[in-house]
Amino acid sequence: MRVEAKVLLGLGLFFGLMCAVYWNWSLENAGGVMMFAGMLLCFLPGSYYYWWSRRMRARPEDDPNATQGQGAGFVGTFPGTSIWPFTLGMGAFFVVLALVFGIWFLVPGLGLVVWALLGGTAEGRRGGKY
Amino acid sequence: MTDLLDPPVQLPPVPPAHEAIEEHGHDEHHGPTGILKWITTTDHKVIGLSYTITSVIMLVIGGAFAEILRAQLATPNGTLVSFAQYNELFTMHGSVMIYLFAGPFAFGALANIMVPIQIGAPDMAFPRLNALSYWLYLTGAITMLSGFFTAGGAANFGWVAYAPLSNSVNTPGAGADLWIGGLLLTGFSAIFTGVNLCATIFYLRAPGMTMFRMPIFTWNMLVTAILILLAFPVLTAGLIMLYCDRHFGTHIFSVQGGGVPVLWQHIFWFWGHPEVYILALPFFGMATEILAVFSRKPVFGYKGMVFATLSIAALSLGVWAHHMFTTGVVLLPFFSIMSLLIAVPTGIKIFNWIGTMWRGEIWFSTAMLMAIGFVVTFLIGGLTGIYLASPPLDFFTHDTYFVVAHFHSVVMALVLAGMGALYYWGPKITGYLLNERIGKLQFWFLFIGTQVFTFPLYILGLEGMPRRVAVYPHDPQWKFLNDLSTFGAVLIGVSTILFVVNVAVSWKRYPAGDNPWDAQTLEWFTTSPPPHHNFYRLPQIRSERPTWDYNHPEHRSLGHGTHPEEHHDEVSSS
Repeated sequence: MRVEAKVLLGLGLFFGLMCAVYWNWSLENAGGVMMFAGMLLCFLPGSYYYWWSRRMRARPEDDPNATQGQGAGFVGTFPGTSIWPFTLGMGAFFVVLALVFGIWFLVPGLGLVVWALLGGTAEGRRGGKY
Repeated sequence: MTDLLDPPVQLPPVPPAHEAIEEHGHDEHHGPTGILKWITTTDHKVIGLSYTITSVIMLVIGGAFAEILRAQLATPNGTLVSFAQYNELFTMHGSVMIYLFAGPFAFGALANIMVPIQIGAPDMAFPRLNALSYWLYLTGAITMLSGFFTAGGAANFGWVAYAPLSNSVNTPGAGADLWIGGLLLTGFSAIFTGVNLCATIFYLRAPGMTMFRMPIFTWNMLVTAILILLAFPVLTAGLIMLYCDRHFGTHIFSVQGGGVPVLWQHIFWFWGHPEVYILALPFFGMATEILAVFSRKPVFGYKGMVFATLSIAALSLGVWAHHMFTTGVVLLPFFSIMSLLIAVPTGIKIFNWIGTMWRGEIWFSTAMLMAIGFVVTFLIGGLTGIYLASPPLDFFTHDTYFVVAHFHSVVMALVLAGMGALYYWGPKITGYLLNERIGKLQFWFLFIGTQVFTFPLYILGLEGMPRRVAVYPHDPQWKFLNDLSTFGAVLIGVSTILFVVNVAVSWKRYPAGDNPWDAQTLEWFTTSPPPHHNFYRLPQIRSERPTWDYNHPEHRSLGHGTHPEEHHDEVSSS
C-alpha cells in the first residue's frame, strides 16, 4: 500500500509545484486551475492510501517473501455473465443520439439506463450468475 | 527463502481462493453461448478480444482514409475527392486513429487482457464496468463514423476541433454533433477502463507481486490509467462546453459573446498532450517486454524504467501549450523547458532498451523485429519532437508537414510496437502462433514503408508545405516528394493486408503451447488461452520475472526485495 500512496502523492506534489510556478509566472487561469485540480485528483486517493498504509499490516501482495498460500481466502465476487452493461451501454448510446437527432431519443435512452441501473443493482445484491 | 530454492515440482498447490473461483468457472459451460455470450460476458479476456478486433478494424478504416488522402496528394491538383470530402477524410483519419484505434487498442485490448494475467489476478476489479467500457467504445465508434451517412457529411474541422471553426455557424450539421457524441462515449469508456486498471493493479495482485516486481507493461499501464483519470474528464468537460456553444447559445468559445476561443485550445491540449503519453506509454511497455524476452535478459535498469515512466507522467501535465506556441498568448519559456525536459526520461528509456539488448542472446522473431523497428522509428520521431519544443523552430514549422512527419514517425513507431505485441501475445490470447515468414515480410513492408512515408514529409515541411491542404503548387520536387510519401503509404497498406492474410493463413494452424517464447512474466505461466479466472496455479513470485525463475532455476534473477547476499548468486550464475 505504501508504494501506491507514494506514487500518487509524488505525482500530486510535482503537479502542485508545477502549478505554483506556472500560475505565478504566466498569470493564465485555465491551465492553472486544471493543474491545481490535477494535484487534488492525485492527493485525494493518495492520502487515502497513505492513511491506510500506516494503519494496516502489509498485505500478501506487499510482502516480498509471501507464499501463494497467503493469498488464500475470499478474493471477491466476479460475476460470470451479465446483460446489464450492454443494456446500460445501449441506453447511453441513445442518450447521446438525443444530443444529435432530437430529444425524443431520450425516451428509449433514459428508459434503458434506468432499467439497467435497477437490474444491475438487483443483480449485485443477489450476487449475479456465474 | 527455502521455498524458492526447492525444485519447481514442490511449488505450492493452487491457492484455495483460485480453486473456489475455478469451481464457479466450470458453470461457464452452462452459460449463454454464441452472440448472447459475447453480449453478456464479463470475462476480461473476451472483452479484451472484442476490443482487439474492433480496434484493428478501426486501424483498417483509418488506414483506408489515409490511403485516399495520400492518393489525392499524389498529383498537385488531385481530383480524387472534393475539398469538402478531403476535410472530412483528414478529420476522420485523425479521429479514428487517435480516439478509436491507438488508445482503445492499448488500454482496452492488450492491457485489458494482459494486466490481470501479468499480476496474477482472476479478472479486472470491476468486470461489469469493464464490459460497459467496451459497449461505450463500440457505440462511440459507430456514432462518430455514422457522420458519413448524414446529409452534411462527417465532422470536417480537423481532429482538434478548434474554436471558432467548430461552432454552429462555421460547421453546421449533424456530422460534427455525432463527432462530439462519439467522443463523449469513448471518453467515458476510457475513464472507466482507467478506474478499472488502477483498482486492479492496486488491489488484485498475487501474493509476493510487490509494486516493484510488476512487469514494465503493467507499470506503464498503471501510469497510463492515472493519466487517463487526469486528462479525459477535461476533454469531456470541454466537449460539453462546445456542445453548449453550438446548441444552447452559450459563448464560452466565441469572441462576440465575450468568450475566449483560445480557451478551447487550452482545454483540448490539456487533455491532448497527456493523451500523447496515454497512447505512447502502453506501447513503450509492450516493446520493453518483447525486447527483454527475445534478448533472453531481464529488463535493463528496471527501476530506472519505472521512474522514467513516472517522470513522463509528472511532466506531461505541464507541456500542453507547446501545441499553442503560435497563438502568441502562452508562456513560451515554461512550456519549452518542460517539453525539452521530457526528452530526459524518454532518453533513459531508449538507453535502457538498448541496454536490454546489449550482449543478449537475441532471437530475431517477428515480434522482436517489430520492437527494434519501434525503437528506431520512435527515436526519429522523438528527436524531431525536440526541435519542435523550441519556439523559434516551431514558429517556422508550425502547421507544416514537418509536424505531420514528426507525429507520424511517433505513431507509426507505436503501430510497429503494437503489431509486435500482437505477434508476441497473440499466441497467449488465442492459443495459436502467427506465421513467422509472413510476419517478417509484414515487418519489412511496415518498417520501410514508414520511413519512405515520413521522410519526404520532413523535407516538404521544411520547404513550407502546409498540412491539411488538398492541392499544392506545381513543383517537380514537391510532386516527387509527395509521390514518394504516397508510395510509402502504399507499402504500409500492403503490410496491413499481409497481417490480415497472416491471420487467415495461421488460423488455428500452429498450436502455441503455454510458453512458446520461453518468456519471463506471469502471463506465460498459465495455459494458452488462459482458463476462466486465469490461473490453475501460481508460482512463487520472487522477482519481476517469476515464470523465468520457475523454468530456469539454474539462473534465477533475484530481483528487488531479496536479501543482499543472494545477489551474489545472481552475479555468479549470469
